[in-house]
Amino acid sequence: MEFMKNGKRIDDRLPNELRPIKFEVGALERADGSCYVEHGGNKVIAAVYGPRAVHPRHLQEANRAIIRYRYNMASFSVEERKRPGPDRRSVEISKVSREAIDPVIIKEFYPRSTIDIFVEILQADAGTRSAGINAASVALADAGVPMRGLISSCAVGKVDETVVLDLVKEEDNYGQADMPIAMDVRTGEVTLLQMDGHLTLDEFEQALELGKIGCASIAEMQREALIQKYRGEENE
Amino acid sequence: MRKQEKVDKTIVVPGDLLSDDAAKAAEGTYTENGKVYSLIYGLADEREKIRVIPLSGKYLPTIGDVVIGMVSDISFSNWKVDINSPYEALMHISEYPRRIESSEMAKIMRVGDLAIFKVVDVDQSMKIELAPREGQLRVLQSGRVVEISYTKVPRVIGRAGSMISLLKDKLDVNIFVGKNGRIWINGNAADEELAIKAIKRIEKEAHTSGLTDRITKFLEEEKHGVYEKR
Repeated sequence: MEFMKNGKRIDDRLPNELRPIKFEVGALERADGSCYVEHGGNKVIAAVYGPRAVHPRHLQEANRAIIRYRYNMASFSVEERKRPGPDRRSVEISKVSREAIDPVIIKEFYPRSTIDIFVEILQADAGTRSAGINAASVALADAGVPMRGLISSCAVGKVDETVVLDLVKEEDNYGQADMPIAMDVRTGEVTLLQMDGHLTLDEFEQALELGKIGCASIAEMQREALIQKYRGEENE
Repeated sequence: MRKQEKVDKTIVVPGDLLSDDAAKAAEGTYTENGKVYSLIYGLADEREKIRVIPLSGKYLPTIGDVVIGMVSDISFSNWKVDINSPYEALMHISEYPRRIESSEMAKIMRVGDLAIFKVVDVDQSMKIELAPREGQLRVLQSGRVVEISYTKVPRVIGRAGSMISLLKDKLDVNIFVGKNGRIWINGNAADEELAIKAIKRIEKEAHTSGLTDRITKFLEEEKHGVYEKR
């Protein structure tokens, strides 16, 4: 499969170009905080509940809040029906996503409580864990959870010997490497970094730099979306 | 289209740089390497010290707060009270002004009863102790209680109580605002209804300026509507 033509990718993007991204803050009425994200072909919704009492009780911590993160793909989110429910892949993604978000949350403010994050993938097109983390981070802010910063995430990878930003499904499935990154853009702290495929050390460094630039653009969009929630209402 | 409302405070998100002067840090902020950053999503208030006023979030009690609580359970010597917070609060039997037996507790407050309490203690692990406000237990027998986000409570009260006086002035109701976002409205049924509408509107538009004027107008219009219907 040929991915690069005249310096452009299969969806006509440049190697360092993100897909179109849209954030909608407060998409759910009942949740304490929520965010709907469209990231290229991905459609993701995140809901945050809490801080609230922990059930089952034995999970609670005496001096801090616990964070629970559930990543789930809808059965209709992919071309061939996905068998519903947690599987090896979604359990792993839930874990790494929680660990990507956890470091910025000030858990000590809420002893004996839980902050529950639910991420539902309604439509998948590569990079769902990143889209989920971006949505979850905005939803947490919307819920009023104290955080040191917003976490932003995007994927980088390699197709046709070229390092590219924000892979689409074809590039992810048939490309040479896929590397999702999540970070706090302000501090530069990387909180998630996984890699599937092969990159040389040089390519890795190049990819990481590109990923950081991508995350920075996303961070700006997250911030803008949150500010817009209240600006928008004023201009009715 | 209504004329654009101006924002008197800036909207900030977690991690936004607020100041280079660590000494100015107040609630809703944190400091790192001598700089002040926002800890929450809210409105930055930069008079004297820099604090961030939350736009959302859960109520956490502080000692001295007066809240409206709902009895959720009665144990041997405590009433368990829901105070619209992640943590359950307790009022011990001995806090009741008169000495009573455990068996009499349900006569004073039953599960589901609403009352006005004062927060007398909050410890490290968020164990919350309540007492009746001003030594006398006030169980709410009539009227209605509405719940709004605790972050909007200052707006409902208004500067030096201006908003609350406005409501009381225009409507034939008594209003009590709990720090935890529960508001008790007691009075004429039609006016209770109107007060709830007004409070819901204040909650929705809490971040805008010129709110008192709009609420005045709203109440006048609605009042006329009510009379016309009659």
